[in-house]
Amino acid sequence: MISAEAFARQLAGQRLRERIFKGATFAAAVLVLLLLGGVTVSLLHGAWPAFSRFRLGFVTQDVWNPVTDRYGALAAIYGTLVTSALAMIFALPISFGIAVFLTELAPPWLKRPVGIAIELLAAIPSIIFGIWGLFVLAPVLQESVEPWIDSHLGKLPFVGALFQGAPYGIGLLTAGIVLAIMVIPFISAVMRDVFETVPDVLKESGYGLGATTWEVIWKVVVPYSRAGMIGGTMLGLGRALGETMAVTFVIGNAHQISASLLAPGTTISAVIANEFTEATTPLYTSSLIALGVLLFIITFAVIAAARLMLLRLGRRAFGSA
Amino acid sequence: MSRRGYRKLVNLLALALSALATAIGLIFLGAILWTLVKDGIAGLSAAVFTQITPPPGSTSGGLLNAIYGSAIMTLLGILIGAPIGILAGTYLAEYGRKSALSAVIRFVNDVLLSAPSIIVGLFVYELVVVPMGNFSAISGAIALAIIAMPVIVRTTEDMLSLVPQGMKDASTAMGAYPWRTITSIAYPAARSGMVTGLLLAVARISGETAPLLFTALNNQFWSTSLKAPMANLPVVIFQFALSPYENWQRLAWTGALLITAAILVLSIVARTVLSKLGPGARSR
Repeated sequence: MISAEAFARQLAGQRLRERIFKGATFAAAVLVLLLLGGVTVSLLHGAWPAFSRFRLGFVTQDVWNPVTDRYGALAAIYGTLVTSALAMIFALPISFGIAVFLTELAPPWLKRPVGIAIELLAAIPSIIFGIWGLFVLAPVLQESVEPWIDSHLGKLPFVGALFQGAPYGIGLLTAGIVLAIMVIPFISAVMRDVFETVPDVLKESGYGLGATTWEVIWKVVVPYSRAGMIGGTMLGLGRALGETMAVTFVIGNAHQISASLLAPGTTISAVIANEFTEATTPLYTSSLIALGVLLFIITFAVIAAARLMLLRLGRRAFGSA
Repeated sequence: MSRRGYRKLVNLLALALSALATAIGLIFLGAILWTLVKDGIAGLSAAVFTQITPPPGSTSGGLLNAIYGSAIMTLLGILIGAPIGILAGTYLAEYGRKSALSAVIRFVNDVLLSAPSIIVGLFVYELVVVPMGNFSAISGAIALAIIAMPVIVRTTEDMLSLVPQGMKDASTAMGAYPWRTITSIAYPAARSGMVTGLLLAVARISGETAPLLFTALNNQFWSTSLKAPMANLPVVIFQFALSPYENWQRLAWTGALLITAAILVLSIVARTVLSKLGPGARSR
């Protein structure tokens, strides 16, 4: 039996600890919020000299000349958008195929190991994709794939210009392929998770009417999971837009806008990674941070849209990649 | 061809293509791992773990300072990121489960989870490197902590949400304050899931290159000072792989093998820990 006084003391101690613990969890949660605000403010602060100097010209001009201290981001923006678009063109059908295979086709004993293998691909650091792309993929493309593209697709009317040019091995196309390999695991993981939420009853009704497996997938599973598929795809796109190391190795780092996909180019993140520690003037550094602001705006819009779509499904279980 | 035969053909074709897509994914994984093993093992020797990175043109040298730097900065990153991440995840799952503020924080955390890591590097450059006046190991660790945090927030919240409400209610009925219920009931019940989250966060940050490029930079010498630039495996791989020196390139591949092996082992261990929780608990 403890005295009333000791009990009151103990209770007060408990209350104090409760306040401290609750306060600490709250502070940490708010810190997450502040982090995003802090990133925005500090980047804008760093980018201010460049933005106020070049104004809209920063995004509409493609001069990038450290010697004359003039900077325009158009070439980098172009490269970022083109490589990401290429990546999505390659990655989407393959990711869809993998998700279909894992949910509808694979026998149970194959499902788990293949699923894990694809997820491991997602765990490999981006710099590994970069050196692999440069030393293994680029030579293959240079020696066999790109010459074929140039001599066959290059002759097509209208779109031929996209596929003409000397086979460097590195360039927009190579970066697009490497990015595709990197985002495939993310997109296919989300798609698989959404496909698994389709109620069996719906699929069985399809089969009951005599539909083939493919017809059930295309006419029941896909319409049911459309929002999740789009969300997953945009998550992959967000990743492709901001990816740095893998692209830096294989893009060629040339500040130019070329019609051909075989030509070297550059992306926003590759420019920052390559030039930041070499930036000699304050305006140069500021311009690189301004590039960061552009990247932040683009990826934020894409990721936020993707998250909202996945959120609306009411399932937070997937897409945490 | 009959209508039925046509439908069967389409079905067969579509399923064959999906199997092909899976094969393509697996072939890329296989090709990357094969190259890493083939080129990485060629440079693997005791010197890799006992000597520091060589000057250009040298034929010897290892990766000791880079391995040390990566280990230290990853460890520090987790030590900074884990407490904040776990506390924030606890708030989202317990105290503020249904509040509007939590919904916003959850959303912001999800955005941070997928934000480009090079942006984090720029942020820490502005926040730490500029005021300090030089590149430093501690700024690298802070950058890694910021990348690890959202992963930990997310897994902590998910895992705490899986703890049966009845268990927590039982504790509350005994007169325990929420902090007592959380630390003595919820945390132990969610432990393996939370550990998985930490392991995945370690795996995620130990291969990060972009945020270290202008925070920790690199250091070709042996340095243990947190206020000075510090060597680390990803940036060394970046510099050495693009160099014209054969010896440097060989070391880059060896470093790549080491880092990938470490990350794959971590991921597999994390999955094994998690699989003990049973289905439904998956969260990457």
